[in-house]
Amino acid sequence: MTQAIQTEEKQVFRLPDVLADTATHFCPGCHHGIVHRLLADVLDQLGVVQDTICVASVGCSVFIYNYLLLDTVESPHGRAAAVATGVKRANPENVVFTYQGDGDLAAIGLSEIMYAANRGENMTVVFVNNTVYGMTGGQLAPTTMVGQKTTTSQQGRSFETDGAPLKMTEIIAGLPGVYFSARVAVNNVKNIKKAGKILKKGFANQVQHKGFSFVEFLAACPTNWRMTPVEANERVGGEMIDYFPLGIFKDNDNDGL
Amino acid sequence: MKKNDTNLLVKGNEAIALGAVAAGCECYFAYPITPQSEIPELLSESLVEVGGTFVQAESEIAAANMLLGATACGKRAMTSSSSPGIALKQEAISYMAGSQLPGVIVNICRGGPGLGSIDPSQGDYYQTTRGGGHGDYRTLTLAPASCQEAYDLTIRAFDLAFLYRNPVVVLGDAILGQMKEPIKNWKERVVLDGKGLDWSLSGARNREPRLLKSLYLSDGALAGHNRKLQEKYQAMRKECDWEEYRTQDAELIVVAFGSMGRIAKSAVRKLREKNEKVGLFRPISLYPFPEAPLDRLAAQGKGFLTLENNAGQMVDDVRLAIRRHADSGLHCVLPGHLANPDDLLGPIEEAMPAKAG
Amino acid sequence: MYQDVIIAGFGGQGVMLIGNLLAYAAMDQGLECTFMPVYGVEMRGGTANCTVVLSDEEIGSPIVYSPKSLIVMNQPSVDKFQPRLAIGGVLVANTSIIDPGILEQKRLRTFSVPANSIADKLGTAKMANMVMLGAWLEATGCLALESAQGALDRVFSKQNSRLIPLNEKALKQGAEYVRGV
Repeated sequence: MTQAIQTEEKQVFRLPDVLADTATHFCPGCHHGIVHRLLADVLDQLGVVQDTICVASVGCSVFIYNYLLLDTVESPHGRAAAVATGVKRANPENVVFTYQGDGDLAAIGLSEIMYAANRGENMTVVFVNNTVYGMTGGQLAPTTMVGQKTTTSQQGRSFETDGAPLKMTEIIAGLPGVYFSARVAVNNVKNIKKAGKILKKGFANQVQHKGFSFVEFLAACPTNWRMTPVEANERVGGEMIDYFPLGIFKDNDNDGL
Repeated sequence: MKKNDTNLLVKGNEAIALGAVAAGCECYFAYPITPQSEIPELLSESLVEVGGTFVQAESEIAAANMLLGATACGKRAMTSSSSPGIALKQEAISYMAGSQLPGVIVNICRGGPGLGSIDPSQGDYYQTTRGGGHGDYRTLTLAPASCQEAYDLTIRAFDLAFLYRNPVVVLGDAILGQMKEPIKNWKERVVLDGKGLDWSLSGARNREPRLLKSLYLSDGALAGHNRKLQEKYQAMRKECDWEEYRTQDAELIVVAFGSMGRIAKSAVRKLREKNEKVGLFRPISLYPFPEAPLDRLAAQGKGFLTLENNAGQMVDDVRLAIRRHADSGLHCVLPGHLANPDDLLGPIEEAMPAKAG
Repeated sequence: MYQDVIIAGFGGQGVMLIGNLLAYAAMDQGLECTFMPVYGVEMRGGTANCTVVLSDEEIGSPIVYSPKSLIVMNQPSVDKFQPRLAIGGVLVANTSIIDPGILEQKRLRTFSVPANSIADKLGTAKMANMVMLGAWLEATGCLALESAQGALDRVFSKQNSRLIPLNEKALKQGAEYVRGV
């Protein structure tokens, strides 16, 4: 028994250096931490950590610079894609990505994301969709589901007065300037692995100067959804994936990974 | 237009664009609006010719945020617009001030409020010198009155922006933008040495990551940041710039900036021909405002009349500057009226201390 | 030396072109000059005008309410600007289009120039603007005719440079007409 444990240590798992060795401010069950981790892995695997500039946005996502040790600039609410355009045009040799939530990207920043995408800026956009404005207390977002109760839609989102949630990945995929557009989820191990591969592709495209890549993450916000982490995870896997189907909606490589 | 052609007849807008090229501007972000559209039109060609980057953005908001992104990389970069468009850029300007980013913003001011008109106006004095967006910040502001000054001050704007790591505004109006004058395109395009950019983003290669931000949540952090900014604004005071014309023996000092300053100069000349002892003080830097020289003139017992192509904005700064000794009269040409020297003669004569007293 | 002029007419009569030409001619002679166009909505269809100031000293205002001289190419411009012309000011009017009866003769130094007819004889009424500028140069004497002729290549693009000799002639005939008067 004792002898069996005393085998030589072999490292099979390590933290990428780009990931700060610190606890996050994210709530229990929040998916931001998983997405951060995937980002760290992808940048590490592609060997571009020292070339990367992160464009932070406004919301829970803003503190990405506390967890990913990258050159980073903050942008005003919704403007990350415009700021990233300035960064990428100024420094085309850098790997540039934005990290934006649904309120930031799909409401106030809709113009900026549409035009950056349609210009085919050679950048990567990481879009985290948790169907609410998280940091401000769970208000109605452009991706809130019809019927979903939020602090500003207490009877549930009404299709008649609020419209339907925006399917950003499909919208972006429809723009001629876009190279790659895909939706992933991180609600289970299988989906996390798939998400990592797709995110890597989204960055590899940029490294290979292919153009604009968009990756949407379906994410849980148990706190604002008034759910336990497990319930929230189940909501992602059920209701959310039903409305926001996972998959690659545009890939100019057409290689299906 | 050739470089170093000493005989160029250009609009003020074109002079600004040429100044930007000479200053080594690397990125320019455009959005069309009258009366500044010659700037993007010229730079869409001439900046690209020298290896610079030109992007026509989807909005003034996006253009200003692209400026934010490019300056975060330590690039010499510029955007331009006119009053309503500058209002939209204020969001990014506030963030640039907070993050200490050296963007150059050109405002060829037009009449307001609202859509107003495309006529000349100085109605953006407050917007420009009081920060313009949210929070306690200031932008260095330079106000050219001629096409040559537009060229020269645009070059200076880039230097000052990087010296202080702060947004700098070049404030003109439709007269300056549309008027043609001979200029000397005297400066060879600056060759940048990349020095002094140890704050800018390029990827954290063999160094600690850099963070450019304006969010300070921890206890006391924002107060410390604001203190640092205020100290910087105090340090900018040494950049005060102004022109004095026949002030020495003047009994009345007319204070006017930009186009209004040169229109007032013609009025002063006409009155001097009638032996009226009147002089002109033309602030060239509007922020920092040249308070000390105005205070000095006031201490000599002179009278003051502020002339503006707005409803009276700079007069606040004039009055603050001379408050220990004097007050200033005010004559406004409201936006929508085109000022001319003849119309200024009466108001100036009435303000002459002998008559006013 | 100080001279200013408002040049006014219909859009399309080449008012801005001769304003520019005059500014270039002045600049080439080492003078200070300003050219201020009235631009924007008024450019389309309505009247167009510009103000040119020439001086051997630094110029103050590029905007002039009561000019020392006036070149008018149409009737509405006479109505608008003639009353503002300073006493003894030079008025050069295109009387191919303007009724000479409305021109003030006593208060001003008035030159009636049938610019369209003169230009017609050269082959095209389009050059009436050059005839008018030639007349103005002669009437004010503030710049030599040759300086304007020499600046023509500044305002015509390369593909239109073949038009320069004819425009030189139009400038000259305007000047000669005033000299003859």
